[in-house]
This record gives sequence, structure tokens and C-alpha cells, in this order.
Amino acid sequence: MKTVSSLLDDHWYERYKKISKLNIRSSIYDVTNRCNLRCKGCFFFSSGEHEAAPEQMDIRHWDTFVDKEMARGVNLAILIGGEPTLCLDRVEAFYKRLPTFCATNGLIKVPRDRFPDMMIGISLWGDEEAERVLRGKDTFAISSGHYAGDPHVYYLYTITPRQIGQTERVIRKIRDVGLKVHMQLLSNDEGVDGFSWQPEELIAIRAEMDAMLDAYPGTVISSKYYHEIITTGKMLGRPFGWMECPSVTQPLDHRNPAPRRLANFIRWASDLQTMHRCCTSETRDCTTCKDGAAHMSWVMVNKRAHMRTTRDLHNWIEVYEMFAKLYQFLPW
Amino acid sequence: MAVETDLDQMILSIAQIMIDELKLEDVTAETFDPDIDLVDEVGIDSMDLATIALVLRDKYAVRIDEDDYPKLTTLRPISDYIHRKLSAS
Ligand code: SF4
Ligand code: SF4
Repeated sequence: MKTVSSLLDDHWYERYKKISKLNIRSSIYDVTNRCNLRCKGCFFFSSGEHEAAPEQMDIRHWDTFVDKEMARGVNLAILIGGEPTLCLDRVEAFYKRLPTFCATNGLIKVPRDRFPDMMIGISLWGDEEAERVLRGKDTFAISSGHYAGDPHVYYLYTITPRQIGQTERVIRKIRDVGLKVHMQLLSNDEGVDGFSWQPEELIAIRAEMDAMLDAYPGTVISSKYYHEIITTGKMLGRPFGWMECPSVTQPLDHRNPAPRRLANFIRWASDLQTMHRCCTSETRDCTTCKDGAAHMSWVMVNKRAHMRTTRDLHNWIEVYEMFAKLYQFLPW
Repeated sequence: MAVETDLDQMILSIAQIMIDELKLEDVTAETFDPDIDLVDEVGIDSMDLATIALVLRDKYAVRIDEDDYPKLTTLRPISDYIHRKLSAS
């Protein structure tokens, strides 16, 4: 029988031991249906999820809801929206109880006296021009002013096909304000012209992401295996898609055969009762889904499949470490 | 279905269940080390454990509490757990 220690040397085994028992149980929460931007290609608005349920306005319900989520075994709350910073009391209901990650466009500064070490991921859609085209303004100019040098903040850089050849400039800007960056690919939910990935573009961006990781290892939080998986949509020869996706809301998951999946994962709407299908757009076509977190989780829930060779297990460890860093289970 | 009351026999049976359910290669129930760490060494995760727990529930009519998973790190405590619950019932 292949065992972990038979595949790893001491250095890698130590790294493995740091993550093997983390047992991260995440769920995702829509904090609000509103946003102070309206980006082209935002899955939340394009799929009508902002109208799926009315927001729960009573903060006491948020408090009791989070307690129930913890009793369900959740040990990582991922807050998305809309824009969570519009409702900081709801964010606080999570933060004061359990490890919490808050996704934001960075236009409103999260007060650090109230949320001293909450991990914050700022969405970024490219350079100044791309941001203006897709989001109506250069958000980096504002968000970097709010968070420069903050050790609990990273940019979640959504790369579009138009960004090929441009990523280094963006990554340097992030490095220069003392922040980290994690890269993912745009899933062109609204079919914006020129923003759907072509096969040769995926090859090119994979090489570029690899080069960025090599050139800026202190700034880029990523792994080459993750780049391979999101650009090829394949893991160990298996294609990604609905029948493999790990990030489907558990009570709505009736797939047969049942794939390996995130235990107890639910994506809740902001009424705290309605559940969305998965971690991303309700209406997205799974065959073209490029969701970074779903691809990362896909690797993570398939540990034993990566025990074929030493290289495979190294890949698994690197992806798991990346995830653990992004959510503060491991230091940068 | 006949159910083992002998602990050693139970270890062998549960080893066989693991081999079958997790499709483990190059190991038999007899060569499966009952003290090998299932998470750190065999690489199983909570989803694997939940699968095993379901099969054990069907075979022994013993429910393994999810809160007890962290204690069940090797084959031996799993067998002990089932054995104790069966003896108590
Ligand atoms: S900032 Fe985020 S939630 Fe708001 S419109 Fe843009 S992508 Fe959507
Ligand atoms: S859209 Fe993506 S994340 Fe959602 S179920 Fe399909 S593959 Fe999974």
C-alpha cells in the first residue's frame, strides 16, 4: 500500500503534517444583495441572485444563525455579497465567532480597530483600463490607499483574456503597496465580447501565471498545479464540471454517483434561509466554469487520488497550502 | 448476518472494508497495520471516514458519532469503538 511517508522526504512530510489535520469546513454567505459597484460580468447580479431572497434585516437573526452554522461544523465563514462592507454589523456577527474571510471591492475600508485580523480579499479585474471598462472605475487606486501594507489583505485578481501580457504590471503595483495577490480566471457569465477564453489564450495565461509565481514568490500566493487545473479544466485526466464539482450546496446535491465534495458546504442567501446551488453563479454553465475556489477545492478533496506518485502528492500539498494561506490557516 | 465478537477478527473485517471501500492497493486484511495513522499515512479524509462509517453502521448496526472521528485515527480504535458499543448493547 502506498503511504504518505513512502512518497515524501522529510521536508515535504513536515509540510504535509501541517495541513493534514486542518479539516477546514467552509461555507459561503451572501451578506447583502446590494453593492456600490455594478461590474460587467458580476455573477451575483447577472444570475439574479441579488433577487433570490430579501435580506434578513434583524441583526439578532444573524447572531443566532452563525451559532447554528458553527454547531453544523462550519469553521471558516467566507463572506461575499453583494458588498459585505455595506453591512459591517453582519460581518461582525461572523467575525466575533469564527475564522472569517471577507471578499470586498475595497471601496469601503474595513475598520481595523473593529476587525483587527480579519482576512480580506479585494477583487481586482485588471489594470486601470480594464477596471474602468468592466467596473466603471479604477478601484485599485482607492483600495490600495485603504489597505497598503496590511498583512491580512490580498488582492483576488480576476484575469480576463485581455490581460494576457499585462499581468506583470498589475502584480508589481500590488507588490509596491506591500500586499499579496491570488489569481483566478474570469468566467464570462454575461458574455461580454472578447472576454471568453479561447484555447490558445488559456495556454498563454498559464505560462504567464507560472512566470509571475516564479518572478514574485513573495507577492503571488499560488501554485503551478492550480494554474494547470484552472487553465486545462483537467485533473489527473478527469474533466472538471458538474459531476466533479466539490462546491455544490450539500442539501441540494442529489448527484449520482456522488462525487467527492466539501463536507457540509452550503452557500446561503442573505435571508439566511435560501440556499444557492453552488459557490458561484446559479446560472453558470459548469462546462465553462473557471471558478478558482471550486477548482482548488476539487484538488483538495481528492487527496488519495494524488497518492499515485511523489509529484502528484507534492502538487496536492502545494494547492492545499495555498488555500490554507489564503484563509489564514497557515502564515503567508 | 454473523457479526464478530472477537476483536482481532473485527480488525480483519474492518481492514477488509477499508480496502474495498477505499480501493486500497497492495495490501490485504492480514497485512493492514492496525496502528498505521489513517489520515497522516493512508491519506484518508473525513469524507472517506464518513463512507466507512456508513458501511460499518450497516454491518454492525453501530453509529459512529461524527464528533468521535478525530479519535479514530487508526484501525485499532475504530475496531475498539465498534467492539465496545456491541458489547454494551
Ligand atoms: S464589486 Fe463584486 S459584487 Fe459588486 S458588482 Fe462588482 S463583482 Fe459584483
Ligand atoms: S458553476 Fe462551477 S462552481 Fe458552480 S456547480 Fe458548476 S462547476 Fe461547480
